[in-house]
Amino acid sequence: MMDSITPAPAGMPRIGDPAPAFEAVTTHGVLKLEDFKGSWLVLFSHPADFTPVCTTEFIGFAEIHPKLREMNVELMGLSIDSVYSHIAWARNVEEKMGKKITFPIIADLNKEVATLYGMIMPGESKTETSRAVFVIDDKQVVRAIIYYPLSTGRNMDEILRLIQALQTADKHGVATPANWRPGDKVIMPPPKTQEAAEERVKDKAAECKDWYFCKKSVK
Amino acid sequence: MACVNADGTITPTAKALLQSLQGPLGPEEIAARTGAPLFRVRASLRELQAAGFVAESGGRFVTTDAGRAKT
Repeated sequence: MMDSITPAPAGMPRIGDPAPAFEAVTTHGVLKLEDFKGSWLVLFSHPADFTPVCTTEFIGFAEIHPKLREMNVELMGLSIDSVYSHIAWARNVEEKMGKKITFPIIADLNKEVATLYGMIMPGESKTETSRAVFVIDDKQVVRAIIYYPLSTGRNMDEILRLIQALQTADKHGVATPANWRPGDKVIMPPPKTQEAAEERVKDKAAECKDWYFCKKSVK
Repeated sequence: MACVNADGTITPTAKALLQSLQGPLGPEEIAARTGAPLFRVRASLRELQAAGFVAESGGRFVTTDAGRAKT
C-alpha cells in the first residue's frame, strides 16, 4: 500500500493545474501569461533557432496559426535563444521558406520560463528545451501537455485535433474517442447510477453498445 | 520594446492603437477596433501607460496629451 504521494517535480505543471505565471521578453515585446486571459494558448518550446527540424515545425505552426485563431487559440514559441536570434531566424524562414512567422517567440536566455514549465529534459540536453506543447485554456488552466524528443518533429494536425477535442468536450460535456475528428460522434459520460443507466439505454439520441458505452452526435 | 522605441518614437502598431482611442475604451473594444490580438493590445497598453502616453481609469484607457502628440 502506498503511504505517500509522489510530488510533482519542481517546475512541472500537470494537467488541471493553473498555468504558472510569467513575464518574458518576446519577439512581440514583453508579454505576460495574463495577457492571454480569455483566449486559449498553445505554449510550445523548440530546441534552438536555425536548426532544420525546428524550421519545419515553425512552418507547420505558422500554417495552423490562422485556424487556431479562428478557434480563439493564440500561439507562442520559446527557446533558450536571444530575441535577436529569434528575429533573424523568423526573417530567414520568411525569406528562404516563404512563410511569415506571425506568433511571438519567447527569448528565454535565463531558462526561467523553460524551468517553470519543465521544458528541459536534462537526460537529453541540459542546454536546449525539448519539443514541449502546453495547451492552456481561456481560464489559464493547463489542459494538455505533449512532449517530443529533439529528433522528432511534432504533428500539427494532432495539436489542432487535440484542441478541437478539448473545446468540444467543454462545450457539450462529453468525451471523445480514439482517433476522433470534428463531426464524428462523441462519447456520452457513463451513467453514475442504476436509474441513470436504465434511462440511458432508452435515450433515442444515444447510440449504445451497452449502458456504459454510448455515443451521440453534437453540432 | 513592442510599442515605444529607445529614441522615444512609437511603432506603427502603437500609433494605430493611440489613434483608435477616441474615448475611454477597454482592451477588448480596442482589439475589436484595431484588429490586433487582445494579448498584444494588453501588452501595448501596459507599455504605453508606463511611457505616459495613455492613462487608465476603471479598466478603460484614454490617450494623454503626450500620447496625442505622437499620433
